[in-house]
Amino acid sequence: MAKTLVEKLWSRHCVADLGDGTDLLYIDRVLLHERTGSIALKGLAEQGRAVRHPDRAFVCMDHIVDTRPGRGDETLMPGGEAFIRETRAAANAAGIRIFDIGDNRQGIVHVVSPEQGIALPGLTLVCPDSHTCTQGGLGALAWGIGSSEAAHALATQTLVVRRPRQMRVRFEGELPAGVGAKDMILHLIAAHGAGGGSGYAIEFAGSAVSALSVEARMTLCNMAVEFAAWTGLCAPDAKTIAWVEGRPFAPKGMAWAQALADWADLVSDADAVFDKEIVVDCASIAPTITWGTSPQHALPITGVVPDPAHAADANAAEAQRRALTYMGLEPGQALAGLPIDGAFIGSCTNSRLSDLRAAAAILKGRHVAPGVRAICVPGSGLVKAAAEAEGLHQIFLDAGFEWRESGCSMCFFAGGESFGKGERVVTSTNRNFENRQGPGTRSHLASPVTVAASAIAGRIADARALAAQPVEA
Amino acid sequence: MEKFIRLTGIAAPLFRANVDTDAIIPSREMKRVSKEGLGEGMFADWRYSDVANRVENPDFVLNRAPFRQAPILLAGANFGCGSSREHAVWALKDYGVRCVIAPSFGAIFQGNCVRNGILPLVLPEPEVAALVAAAGPTPLTIDLAALTVHSADGRTLSFSIPPADREMLLEGLDAIGVTLKRLPAIKEFEGAYRTRHPWMFA
Ligand code: SF4
Repeated sequence: MAKTLVEKLWSRHCVADLGDGTDLLYIDRVLLHERTGSIALKGLAEQGRAVRHPDRAFVCMDHIVDTRPGRGDETLMPGGEAFIRETRAAANAAGIRIFDIGDNRQGIVHVVSPEQGIALPGLTLVCPDSHTCTQGGLGALAWGIGSSEAAHALATQTLVVRRPRQMRVRFEGELPAGVGAKDMILHLIAAHGAGGGSGYAIEFAGSAVSALSVEARMTLCNMAVEFAAWTGLCAPDAKTIAWVEGRPFAPKGMAWAQALADWADLVSDADAVFDKEIVVDCASIAPTITWGTSPQHALPITGVVPDPAHAADANAAEAQRRALTYMGLEPGQALAGLPIDGAFIGSCTNSRLSDLRAAAAILKGRHVAPGVRAICVPGSGLVKAAAEAEGLHQIFLDAGFEWRESGCSMCFFAGGESFGKGERVVTSTNRNFENRQGPGTRSHLASPVTVAASAIAGRIADARALAAQPVEA
Repeated sequence: MEKFIRLTGIAAPLFRANVDTDAIIPSREMKRVSKEGLGEGMFADWRYSDVANRVENPDFVLNRAPFRQAPILLAGANFGCGSSREHAVWALKDYGVRCVIAPSFGAIFQGNCVRNGILPLVLPEPEVAALVAAAGPTPLTIDLAALTVHSADGRTLSFSIPPADREMLLEGLDAIGVTLKRLPAIKEFEGAYRTRHPWMFA
C-alpha cells in the first residue's frame, strides 16, 4: 500500500500496536537541555531507574546560559545556575554527553543536533522542547515532548504515541526576491490559523521546498509547532545528504553507504493519501511580519493592522483587541514605519550561518539607527566561529549590533535579560506571545533580513527597498 | 500518580483561544529544578497586577468568588499550546486544578496532563460555551468511569478519551512502569532493528 513519508518512518519504528490508534515507537535519539532535561534525569534517578542507552542521549546547555561575552555558569536568571549545575551533575551521573559552556560545540539544541550529525534522516528524535520539529528539516521524525515523556524515552528507548493525521503542505512556484522560509511559514500560519495543523504530522513539499537550502528547511519546520502540528518534516534529498555527510556523529565509510541505501526510500509514494493537503502559491508570499500576540497575527510587511470590527467572530475580535492593546497599536495603522526599540537575530528559527550571512548582506556598510538596541546571537559556538572566519562578526559589530555567545538568549524571558516593558522589538524568533521576550515587551516576528533592515531604519522596514539602495560610503 | 475517577467542583471560565504554556506559567516563575510550589506562579501575569509583590488583579477570574481554587477550568480552543514545559501542568496541579475542559488542547500539554493525573476533557466548542455561560457557584461533576459531565444546569454531557489515557488516569498508573512490562518485546525489536539499520549503530 502506498505510504506517506511519515507513515514509512512510523512503521520502521513501531514496536507494538497498543490499540486505539496508539503505538509504542522506538526512539533513536533523546536530546535534553538544562531547562527541562534536568528534571527528567532527576525524576529517573529518584525512581531508581537507569538510562537505557546513555550513548544515544545528548544534553545541550542553551536555555538559561548567559550569552554575554566572557560568561560562565552564572546567569542573570535568579536560580539559573542551579539548573545548569544540576543538569551537568545529572548528565555526568547518567553517563550522557554534554555540550557544555566553554565547549565550542555548545549552542541551541536544535542547531547543535543537526550540526553534529546527531539528527539524521530516518531517525526518531525527541526532546522536551516544543521546537524539536526544527530537526524534521533533515527528514527525521522529530517532535517535542514533556519532561515525564523524556524520562520515559530515556528509561525505555520508546514512547507511546498516537498516530497523527497526515497533511502535506505544498509550496509551489518561485519565491519572490527577498522572501524566504520564515515568510513562508508565517504566511501559512496567517492564512490557516495557529491551530491549523492541530493533530497533523506535516510534510512540507513542493518545488519551493526543494529549492530551499537545508538550513532554510529547518526554519520552515521550526514553526510547525506554531501551527499546532504534532511535527513537520521535509523529505531528505541530495542536498540533505551533502549537508549531513562528514558531520561528527554521522555514519562513516561502510555505514555511510548503508545509510544512503536506507534513505533512498524516504519519500512519500506518488499515490500516498494525505488526510489534508494545502497548496501555497509562492508568488503570492511577501516579506511577512507579525503585528499581534499569536503567530497567526501576521501580515505582508506592506499591510495595515486589522480592525477587530471585521474579525471572523466574537472570539477572534476579542483576541485581536487584546493583542492591539498589548502591542500598543491602532486598527488601520501601517506596519512599515512603526518605530522600534530593539532588533534581535537569533533562536532556533534563524541563527544558522545562512541567516547571519543574509542579515550581514543588509547590514554591510550601514549602521543601526540611534536608540535601537540590536543583538545577534549565533545558534552555536561553531556557527559563531564560522561567521567570524568569514568576517561577519565585524559587519555586525560595525553596524552597532552586539555579538554574543550562543544560546537561546532573548528569544524567551527567563527572569534575566529583556528589552523592557513596552519596547517594540523586531525579532527573528518564533513566538510573539505576551511577555515571551520579557514583561510587556512587544515582539514582531520576521525574517533575519527584515530584522536587519528594521534595525537600520529604526522602524519596521522592508528589506527589499534597502537591498536595492546603494550603500553610502 | 494520583487517580482520577470522579470529580465534583466549581468550574472557572477562562474561555480564551490559544492560551499558551508561557501564560499558564511564565518562564521566570520556573525557579527551581522541582515540580513543587509552582501553583503560586500559575497565570502570574494575569493573576497579579504587581507580579513581584504578588498583588492580586481583582479582575482575573480565579481571584473572584466563587472561582478561587476552582478544580476545573473551562478553557478555549488549543489550550496549552506553545512551549513544552511540563511546569504548566505541575503549576495547575499544585494550584489544585484536576480537570481542564476545552474544545482542543496543545498536543504536548494534553499528554503531560494525563501523565500527571489531570483530565484533559475535550467537548465541542458550543458545549464548552454553554458551560461557560452557566458557570457559577453550582459545581459540575465529572465521571471518568462513566465518561459524563453533569452540568450546573442539570444536563448530562458525554465525552470520549483514548482508552489508554483513561486507564492511566483511572488507575493512577506510572507510564514508565507500564512500558517496562514490555521490555522483552522492546529488546526483540531492537535486535531486528539493528540488523535492518546497522549504520545507526556503527
Ligand atoms: S531558541 Fe527560543 S524557541 Fe528555540 S529552543 Fe531556545 S527558547 Fe526555545
